[in-house]
Amino acid sequence: MDLDPEDVFKDEEDDLDNEFFQQSESSKEYVVYLVDASPKMFNTTCAGNDQKDETHFHTAVSCVAGSLKTQIISRSYDEVAICFFNTREKKNLQDLNGVFVFNVAEREHLDRPTARLIKEFDCIEESFMREIGSQYGIVPGSRENSLYSALWVAQALLRKGSIKTADKRILLFTNEDDPFGSLQDAAKKDMTRTTLQRAKDAQDLGISIELLPLSRPDSEFNVSTFYADLIGLDGEDLAQFMPSASQKLEDMKDQLRKRMFTKRVVRRIEFQIANGLSIELNTYALIRPTVPGAITWLDSVTNHPLKTERSLICEDTGALIQEPPKLFQPYRNENVKFLPVEIAEIKRISPGKLRLLGFKPLSCLKDYYNLRPSTFVYPSDQDEITSAGAQMEPPGMHMIYLPYADDIRDDEEIFPDTEEDAPRADEDQIQKAAALIKRIYVKDFSAFQFANPALQRHYAVLQALALAEDDIPETIDETAPDEEGLTRPAVVRAAEAFKHSVYGDSYDEESDMGKEKMSEASRKRKAIAENAAKDYDWGNLADKGQLKNLTVGDLKVYLNAHNLTVSGKKEALISRILTHMGK
Amino acid sequence: MARNKEKLVLLLDVGPSMHGVLSEVEKLCSMLVEKKLIFSKYDELGVVVFGTEESKNDLTTEVGGYQNITVLQDIKVVDGDLVDTLQKLPRGRVDGDFLDAIVVGMDMLIKKYKDLHKGKKRLCLITNAIHPIKDSFEGSKEDQVMTIAEQMAAQGMKIESIVVRGRLSRDANKGVMDENDHLLSIFSKKTHTRIVYVDTPTSLLGALKTRRVTPVTVFRGHLELSPHMKIKVWVYKKTQEEKFPTLKKYSEKAPASNKLATHQVKVSYEYKSVDGSSTSVIPPEQRIKGYRYGPQVVPISTAEWDAVKFKPEKGIKVLGFTDASKIKRHCYMKDVYLFIAEPGNTRATLAVSAIARAMKEMNAVAILRCVWRQGQQNVVVGVLTPNISQNYKIPDSFYFNVLPFAEDVREYQFPSFNSFPASWQPNDQQQKAADELVQMLDLAPSGKEALLPEFTPNPVLERFYRHLELKAKQPDAAVPPLDETLKNIVEPDPELVAENKSVFDALHRHFELRQNPKLKKSSRQWYQEKQSGSNAHVSSGQAVNSIENQPPVKIEKIGDLTPVQDFEAMMSQRDNPEWVEKAIKELREKILALLIHSDEGDKYQKAVECVAALRKGCILEQEPGPYNDLMHHIRQYCEEKGIKSLPQLLASRDLTLISNDVTAEEARSFFVKMEPKPDV
Repeated sequence: MDLDPEDVFKDEEDDLDNEFFQQSESSKEYVVYLVDASPKMFNTTCAGNDQKDETHFHTAVSCVAGSLKTQIISRSYDEVAICFFNTREKKNLQDLNGVFVFNVAEREHLDRPTARLIKEFDCIEESFMREIGSQYGIVPGSRENSLYSALWVAQALLRKGSIKTADKRILLFTNEDDPFGSLQDAAKKDMTRTTLQRAKDAQDLGISIELLPLSRPDSEFNVSTFYADLIGLDGEDLAQFMPSASQKLEDMKDQLRKRMFTKRVVRRIEFQIANGLSIELNTYALIRPTVPGAITWLDSVTNHPLKTERSLICEDTGALIQEPPKLFQPYRNENVKFLPVEIAEIKRISPGKLRLLGFKPLSCLKDYYNLRPSTFVYPSDQDEITSAGAQMEPPGMHMIYLPYADDIRDDEEIFPDTEEDAPRADEDQIQKAAALIKRIYVKDFSAFQFANPALQRHYAVLQALALAEDDIPETIDETAPDEEGLTRPAVVRAAEAFKHSVYGDSYDEESDMGKEKMSEASRKRKAIAENAAKDYDWGNLADKGQLKNLTVGDLKVYLNAHNLTVSGKKEALISRILTHMGK
Repeated sequence: MARNKEKLVLLLDVGPSMHGVLSEVEKLCSMLVEKKLIFSKYDELGVVVFGTEESKNDLTTEVGGYQNITVLQDIKVVDGDLVDTLQKLPRGRVDGDFLDAIVVGMDMLIKKYKDLHKGKKRLCLITNAIHPIKDSFEGSKEDQVMTIAEQMAAQGMKIESIVVRGRLSRDANKGVMDENDHLLSIFSKKTHTRIVYVDTPTSLLGALKTRRVTPVTVFRGHLELSPHMKIKVWVYKKTQEEKFPTLKKYSEKAPASNKLATHQVKVSYEYKSVDGSSTSVIPPEQRIKGYRYGPQVVPISTAEWDAVKFKPEKGIKVLGFTDASKIKRHCYMKDVYLFIAEPGNTRATLAVSAIARAMKEMNAVAILRCVWRQGQQNVVVGVLTPNISQNYKIPDSFYFNVLPFAEDVREYQFPSFNSFPASWQPNDQQQKAADELVQMLDLAPSGKEALLPEFTPNPVLERFYRHLELKAKQPDAAVPPLDETLKNIVEPDPELVAENKSVFDALHRHFELRQNPKLKKSSRQWYQEKQSGSNAHVSSGQAVNSIENQPPVKIEKIGDLTPVQDFEAMMSQRDNPEWVEKAIKELREKILALLIHSDEGDKYQKAVECVAALRKGCILEQEPGPYNDLMHHIRQYCEEKGIKSLPQLLASRDLTLISNDVTAEEARSFFVKMEPKPDV
């Protein structure tokens, strides 16, 4: 019932019966970040966070850095490579000019992100010009084609792993909408064609190429010049592709974040509308609590992970039990035994599919009909869209888990023990409350704008420890209320007016009174405890080592009387008493 | 535990008009006792039935009257026999008087407990209340009920009435029903009362809370609107999933002769290091916790962790109010909390009421940041919605739902249904059929909501406890199929479906659903194909017909008619890797045959389609060899015969060599070389 501090991070859905919610972790993703490092990326700027202009290169790099940090947290099995093109130096397996694959020690080119990668990538901008350098790779008169080479390198990096088990993606950051603009007709045509073919071949191999264009304030990134063909946009898609969205760093990050989520189908399920009429749906877990990863036990001497072995031991004979044991429930003074298959049978009340029972107006969905995060369903194939009924809004439906009668409690009904009616606010009080609400109204709130401060802290600590840094960076708690805003005179006035209207002049007394009441009760308890505490000659008992003969209750009496914590096992209590006595 | 012992008297109407639902009443009441036997073994229970021919109760012997009321079981601590009693309720022959029954029940409680155990004494009345109660000797019926209710309040008793109505009592006198309803409502004015009206056997099963959970506050303290404005509130859970009971493991190792065997199983965990070949058990004090960070595991001791971890201060703070439409319903994350003003604190109740009502008027919600307890390691951000009480005895309150953090949301992108091509959009008739379905399959016509969550029992739990009871008597009993009343929860109401047969028929007519031939493929592979936007598959509909959900026909040979489709089907047959090889080989032969038998290039188009399919297949299988071989072969063939149209056709479709094996240069120039130069 109460929140257990250890439990708060645990996913409640983590039980095995609930395969509905199980995320398939078997699928991983290989991503190559392909960042344009041409001089143009350094010369053009866009409005940054604090109104300062930042180069496009900076924008792209910080996006990638942010993305890496999310990846190491939420999908650390994904593998990434970072690759710059249009560089002065070259570093790649194919030894192609103008392409530089960034990497750190103890890591393959395409590998899981490590703390060191993140750390070194964070300060890449300082050393970039010195070590990698920027140079536009496509110049008239040479057969060099840095974009072509970059795609080739990226595709080569992604050769690892089978397409059946992994998603492979190339994320391309550039602000050059016409990479072959400087070339003459024939050469340009040839280069364009070969590059497109290269991209198409990569796509045929199951690699998807995604473009994250950066626009200059004066001229927009024109996708249709070249890139529409490269990433395979046409018609309506092209219209929807909004390059202008990435004018700002934040937008860019946002865009990247959205794209980093590959859709993972939780489960394919059949939705039966009527007998003989059903459609296939895919379910997606769009909202699930993110938790810090599971604890791995280590040997503190060697820091090697430990293997956990679970064994079942019969308490009567001490024998090891091999086969899955029967289960029992004590009932009517005996143990009623169940086979695991019987339990499964009891739980199987319907074949595993969704069935339409009927429709209800939305007003029937009360605010308290909720137990778990919702699941999103979408037709598993777009070839047949069977419904756009009045209650189904594109682009899909959310499934909300309703409680059963056993899950709903009526705690608000337990208190009316008086004959009087419950007090109701009058019109004036409501008006005052409304005025106060207006004062602290947030217009553009989004349901998930806050980062989880506990998680942020958790990973800040881990990163610092992983890199053996001494000080742990401060994390910002975005959920902290706006204290400053709440003490604005207008807000304070509205609050005072409301307070006066409800509490009269007695608000302060009220809060004091409560305290007094509480303290009276606790004083009483304390007095009893003190009296009881006198009953024993504590010092004597302690000297003789007889404290262990007392009950935990008695020991707690002493602890209570001296304002000590009363938690822990008996030994802990005794040692606490001894410490307190100074023995 | 003992101080929370509940003393309950069940007052059950067994008159003739109730016979239709008595089997459900039996199930409900025995479930109540079954759960008490497990969760609150020391509760006490008495059973009174009314509407019986005979009369057996203290009052009838002491003062007379109180006819047709039988005390089936005096108040006693719950035991197995009670279940048996409740499973065989007598069927009465006369119409019972529920008010008399209430008095008998009160008398039993008063005699047994005097005025002790205030608030723990409870009456539970199950009746249809369609028969008039007897007139009293003095005063009106209202006065009589009033007196009883006052007495009840003085004794600290609660009453819960479950009134069975609707379909379950069709031909009843409306005037009498209204009068009875009015009389029952008097109780709610004087005492703590719950009156529930149910109209289906299913909702009857859910009408009574069969497991009593002592409410525990999650938080007591201030709801902080601003640093200067705080309201005292208590927070409870409003919903909490009742989980399937955790069963213990049973050991059969102990010999049958051992009568004292506990049969318990101990689960032990051992942590072993896996250095090379030797494995050794590591003692607990030598273990240290580690967290994964990428491929690294970062060790951190509990003490270290305590020093640096996130430590928020206890308290509930309002971050701001916002428009209710900003919070999407599907963002609710967890079970729901209830915020009430501190009980007995009139001012706080008023303040809560004022804010709740103002929020309702403005259609606003509040965003809260909660730390329930000191030492909690995280914060909860959620939305507070007003709950305006309809019952004037119950104060206004709030519901609180947890909202996701930024990390919890996965923003997948889905194409909007509207952006699909017109052929995928429902046409007018389809839309009409769907609209009609929504309209006709209304579960809440004119305010009578079917399957109200409050009255819908969890079928799995119902089934478990019933089976538990059965197994206690017959250890070998098999799990019985789901009974009719519970089936109504998991299946559509057959009556509703029958009534709306025409709607379903229309739906069938307008939506022609096709079987999905690709269903055998793994979803991932299928998704990949979709993503790469292969247009070769337009013919397949994903929707399946549930009844004829057969695996696609096995293709073992590539035919002349639809070589491309046959090839794809063969490639996707995953049961044997030989299929791929065979498919590629056969298609290659087919292509060559097409070329040779082509008359003036009339079959080139078809051949090119096949080449395209082969290229795609080879890329997917990452086997460019066969394809490139074929292409070389074709080029040679064309050069020999001087065919120009075919290479042009191939080049126009970009069907060049696959460039994994060969250099890209070679691939690109493959057909360029081949095209005869115009000036030569």
